[in-house]
Amino acid sequence: MLAPALVVIGGLFGGGLADALAQSFGWFPALGMHDLELDAWRAVLRDPAILHSLLLTLYVAATTTAISTILAVALALALRGSSARLPMAILHLPITIPYLLAAVGITLLVSQSGLLARVIANLGFIDEPRDFPPLVYDPYAIGIILTYVWKETPFITLITLALLRGAPEELEQVARTLGATRRQCLRHVILPRIMSGLLAAAFVAFAFTFGAFEVPLLLGETSPPTLPVLAWYEYQSLDLADRPTAMAVALIIAIVTGVLAVVLLRLSRRFFNV
Amino acid sequence: MSDLDREMGTFLILLRNKIRNVPISIAALLALLPLVPVALWSVSGSWRFPALWPEAWSLRGFRHLAEPGTRFAEALATSLGIAVAVTAASIVVALPAGIAIGAHRFRLRNLVILIVLLPILVPPLAVTLGIHGAFIQLGLADTAVGVILVHLVPAVPYAVLILASVFASRSGEIEATARTLGAAPWQAFLHVTLPQIAPGLAVAALLAFLISWSQYILTVIIGGGSVLTLAMLLFSAASGNDPVVTGALAVVFALPAVTALLLVLRLLRPRVDRAPALDRVRWAPGSN
Repeated sequence: MLAPALVVIGGLFGGGLADALAQSFGWFPALGMHDLELDAWRAVLRDPAILHSLLLTLYVAATTTAISTILAVALALALRGSSARLPMAILHLPITIPYLLAAVGITLLVSQSGLLARVIANLGFIDEPRDFPPLVYDPYAIGIILTYVWKETPFITLITLALLRGAPEELEQVARTLGATRRQCLRHVILPRIMSGLLAAAFVAFAFTFGAFEVPLLLGETSPPTLPVLAWYEYQSLDLADRPTAMAVALIIAIVTGVLAVVLLRLSRRFFNV
Repeated sequence: MSDLDREMGTFLILLRNKIRNVPISIAALLALLPLVPVALWSVSGSWRFPALWPEAWSLRGFRHLAEPGTRFAEALATSLGIAVAVTAASIVVALPAGIAIGAHRFRLRNLVILIVLLPILVPPLAVTLGIHGAFIQLGLADTAVGVILVHLVPAVPYAVLILASVFASRSGEIEATARTLGAAPWQAFLHVTLPQIAPGLAVAALLAFLISWSQYILTVIIGGGSVLTLAMLLFSAASGNDPVVTGALAVVFALPAVTALLLVLRLLRPRVDRAPALDRVRWAPGSN
């Protein structure tokens, strides 16, 4: 019964990964490239531009994940027991909206002539679009981060709400009765119970933002590009010698998230007994 | 307790309930916020800085999409066709795996789950670039079939996870009863299992559809420009500078996401909640 799924995932995912790995070592028989070599990897690991891209991508993914996770936990704690159905339904909306559409919406909202700048202008703080700080195509990748936070916060919030539902409130009431402050209660009673699930949700958000392509290509500065965008530029290059480089850059993305997944899995096994 | 006290008490409870709903209302407003300028731009005729509201309305964006030169109809049909195919294939592939993982315990089960999760844990870019090389040799590059296959990489894992959780929450006792009463395995599946898992199946299908519908880079890499989807049209519009056309495209692009959300919320609504008739009328989609 598992065969179809394993064939699809093993064949496409495993096969694709193996093919990317082979090409990163310069092995692509269809194009007459038969020699295994480490040139691309050596060049990629020494190139300061690629290091810049890696740091930018890490910064975007880590910032997004941190902000979204903190907002989501705060929101989930505030929403517990909330009975408002319509707002709850609306909160689900960013999860189903495609990233591309989210990027378009954030641009129309926070660009220099966007809705936010118009509100500020109507309040009399600025006169012209160029007085508004650039929040898209900016060096701090604020537009990209805003888009991701908008998408990921509801996702992590809903998972946190489900985790909280699994943790009975009686335990907190007992802790409070025994004199625990709200903060102690959060730190010692609530967080430990939801931590492993929360880490998993945060990781899924991190992995996605680390490897996603559309949003940084649409809203990011062209230099340095994020790693996925860089891999795509290299892949599109007409020079076939850039192929192995593109593959190596794309594989760095897979390796970083893969290693992080293993580390997190170990951590949550050790500390949270799951 | 006097009447006044009682009224004060009722008032305080109402007030507390209102205050409890403040955070969710703010969150919901923020969730809607980026979609507001998209919707406004799509029907605006003139909207200069610093006007907060379009100065004139027009359907120029939508009319532009209807012109043959924009290839909008072609892209819409391609996006729909590919998404439907991906949905069907995902369910066919994921249903048996969901039953196996959800309802059975077997050796290496954790390893199987890890393999299913891999495409969610590891971003698909490297994989897709690798697949492209193989697809060129197989003649699948630049074809809709190739695009459908590559969309299965992100779609199948989510479908398996949802179906596995559906089957994990069922005991299989009713099927056993049906079998005792003489039903063949396929009869038990068709008449007992299927009606019961229908909502979960629908959620998995909707998610697979949305995942395919939203794809951009996987389609671009494997389709190589020969397969034009709505996501690609929206991307090139968003890189240009006509927010009216971008807004119109974005509204069309958002429709399946909004529809799917409404359907999922209906399907997942706990049955207990459905009981009070008043509540149902109040929150029924469209009545508010």
